[in-house]
Amino acid sequence: MPQTLMATEASSRPILSVENLNVGFNTRKGMFDVLHGVSFELNRGRTTAIVGESGSGKSVTARAILNMVPRPGQINGGRVLFRPSKGSEIETTALDPRGKAIRDIRGGKIGMIFQEPMSSLSPVHTIGNQIIEAVRLHRDCTKQEAREIARQMLEQVEIPKPEKALDQYAFEFSGGMRQRAMIAMALSCHPDVLIADEPTTALDVTTQAEILDLMRKLQVELNMAIMFITHDMGVVAELADDVVVMEKGHVVETGQTGPLFAEQQHPYTKRLLGAVKRLEEPAAAKVRPAADAREILRVDDLRLHFEKREGFFQRVTDVNKAVDGVSFSLKEGEALGIVGESGSGKTTVGRCIARVYDPEGTVDYRGSNLVTAGKAELQSYRQQIRMIFQDPFASLNPRMTVKQLIAEPLVVNGVASGSELEDRVATLLREVGLQPEMMERYPHAFSGGQRQRIVVARAIALEPKLVIADEPTSALDVSIRTQVLDLLLRLQAEMGLSFIFISHDMAVIRYFCDRVAVMYRGKIVEIGETEEIIQNPQHPYTQALLSSVPIADPALRGTRQRHRYLGEGA
Amino acid sequence: MIWRYILKRILWMVPFLFGVSIVAFLLIQAPPGDYLTTYIAKLGESNEVLDQASIENLRARFGLDQPLYVQYFKWVSRLLVGDFGMSFEWRQPVSDLVWGRMGLTLCLSMATLLFTWAVAFPIGVYSAVRKYSIGDYLATTIGFIGLATPNFLLALILMYIGVVHFGADVGGLFSNEYKNAPWSWAKVWDLMKHLWLPVVVLGTSATASLIRIMRANLLDELNKPYVDTARAKGLSEFWLIMKYPVRVALNPFVSTIGWVLPNLVSGAVVTAIVLSLPTAGPLMLQALLAQDMYLAGAFVLMLSSLTVIGMLLSDILLVLLDPRVKYD
Repeated sequence: MPQTLMATEASSRPILSVENLNVGFNTRKGMFDVLHGVSFELNRGRTTAIVGESGSGKSVTARAILNMVPRPGQINGGRVLFRPSKGSEIETTALDPRGKAIRDIRGGKIGMIFQEPMSSLSPVHTIGNQIIEAVRLHRDCTKQEAREIARQMLEQVEIPKPEKALDQYAFEFSGGMRQRAMIAMALSCHPDVLIADEPTTALDVTTQAEILDLMRKLQVELNMAIMFITHDMGVVAELADDVVVMEKGHVVETGQTGPLFAEQQHPYTKRLLGAVKRLEEPAAAKVRPAADAREILRVDDLRLHFEKREGFFQRVTDVNKAVDGVSFSLKEGEALGIVGESGSGKTTVGRCIARVYDPEGTVDYRGSNLVTAGKAELQSYRQQIRMIFQDPFASLNPRMTVKQLIAEPLVVNGVASGSELEDRVATLLREVGLQPEMMERYPHAFSGGQRQRIVVARAIALEPKLVIADEPTSALDVSIRTQVLDLLLRLQAEMGLSFIFISHDMAVIRYFCDRVAVMYRGKIVEIGETEEIIQNPQHPYTQALLSSVPIADPALRGTRQRHRYLGEGA
Repeated sequence: MIWRYILKRILWMVPFLFGVSIVAFLLIQAPPGDYLTTYIAKLGESNEVLDQASIENLRARFGLDQPLYVQYFKWVSRLLVGDFGMSFEWRQPVSDLVWGRMGLTLCLSMATLLFTWAVAFPIGVYSAVRKYSIGDYLATTIGFIGLATPNFLLALILMYIGVVHFGADVGGLFSNEYKNAPWSWAKVWDLMKHLWLPVVVLGTSATASLIRIMRANLLDELNKPYVDTARAKGLSEFWLIMKYPVRVALNPFVSTIGWVLPNLVSGAVVTAIVLSLPTAGPLMLQALLAQDMYLAGAFVLMLSSLTVIGMLLSDILLVLLDPRVKYD
């Protein structure tokens, strides 16, 4: 039977081939290539992970497949061949980027979901409106039929009360629900290929685990090819069949997931996996606090409630207990991690200790209570307690030079001035592994990792005793993450610093912290030695959290029972 | 829910307007002297001198001899029953004077508003979508010239061109033969012929600033991820821009409605004088100069009420347009 033979032949060929793709950005200084001859294939029913650090060209590749490279970028070499299940082979890169032919493919045959579920849906249109639009663009049906399809899709991605959800807006949904709605929209026309650009990066680990499960389930149901862009090796190990490793616009290595994790050919892949592997155990360079170390901080029954007031008399109608009776202590030279999902109150605890907020309870810093301290008193403590923030791009004023940025706390507190100031800044820069010659430059001239070093230099400028680091490595690539953590470890050893280290990332906490406190809905549910908690979690929430963390080892895929913690009131 | 909100806002207007009436009254009384002083000075110019007795007589007739608070309460209590008092200068009821002018003012303002939107909206969108194109630079240049040129100067230039090159009749809103004629289609047509000039003059600067606002807002929105989502759905470029980013960038358009209403009264006084438009602005200026207490008071009160109503209107429209806006 020649016909079936042909059919099997067609389905055995890759559904999408990227061949020697070149993309350049037309800048004032001439053409600047961001993709250099990228080639790989996507196959029906298989998930291909595109892995690389920021700037490796992953997202540009995804957009080039749909021929929607943002200006001033343009495809200037190679081609993308798409072989849909119905119809003949199409070269998407040869189509007019605004024409009808490519628009039929976008959303109709190749669906795409994006990283930011917060901003990827229109804020002023209902979820239903946006899905119905996608359906009606590619399927010939009435509004009622489209609405019914949209409802079924929402049901399929397991959104509760799909009929009601159709008339809701994106901002009424949580991050995970929004990403589900995005997936529903991308899959509403049963595409052959789904491109997912970091779809779980902005989500909590437990939510991430659910979304990954959902994508796996839908792939089997719809027999799609999935192109999964990520920087997270754990996610790759959990989900991908094939892996394409990209570095600076080149594909450096391609292979099946199992073999690739077992043995890497290219040094970049080795480095990438090495950085991940290093984060799976406590740092070798970690200096444990002395056994007889004194207590530097004791937090007792810390509370912070945000009250929502309404009406003429401003009655309190709703109380959000952001921090609900948190107690812990910290020794000199110790690093305490605070881990939890978004909304658990971990950041708020850090800010309460730094007295950004006015909490209730006791924050005993070396014998004096910071909660009741007056302005003048706080001023002197603020020299000893410093903060490091998550986003190194947003926490440095772009209009100040590095010298001004680092010198600011010194000047404000009247510690140094003139040439002495310059010497101090130079020393600090050397301390964090940057050259003093860089001090006249502005922050935009530095990479993310270098910026975070500048932030660290600013934090230690006043020789503090306690540093509160709020997700200091979350915005950084894995390889740079370990570098910044190693820097903090060295400074801790040299200066005897104590750390409160706030993070959602268990691996980072394990690497850096002596003890860890697990927070859930404003409360600490478990606190203890880091290794002990990771090996033997007691509280069901901690167990759920740990079970959701993807493990960077494909051999362990499916060996764990994943479960979600549904605590009181959930 | 939204009805409760509107009701609440309207109730809040009552104490607010009461406060405004006090401030307005005090402000009008603040300059030294009163209407009589101005009146006597005017008579003095034509060598007429009033003796002390007739001055006292007049002062008593106008009620200006009573203490301030008595004058205020008399005014306010009559306001409550809809009586705005008599204009000293025009010897006519204030309400007749004001309403006579409001109709044309309203007509002119609405025409200007429509002109502003009709021009600013497409140009603003074009400027943003084709950023740094020749068309964008052209719109930007014209926009800045429009912003920088004083309206009355533009009025003079356009009048000059109109008279010298087209022989058009450019003063006022009507030709002489229609000025006091009853309304007819011919009179409406005459109004249309006169209306374009003040509309263009009054609309330029507003148009220019709206283009800039629209461009800046849309530029912010064009790079948002939801635009990419819409593109990846297969929507055509034109519709995706119209449906998503433009819709979000529309908010400032709606907000401008709030400013339009008070502008009915106080806007473009100088231009109105230059073009001799029979609108409310010049009348208000005159009333303030002459310390024509009741007329000026009525204008100030109306300005404040219109501001408050305008703000309420644009707030309601914002709520309807943008589901993210909360009204509690």
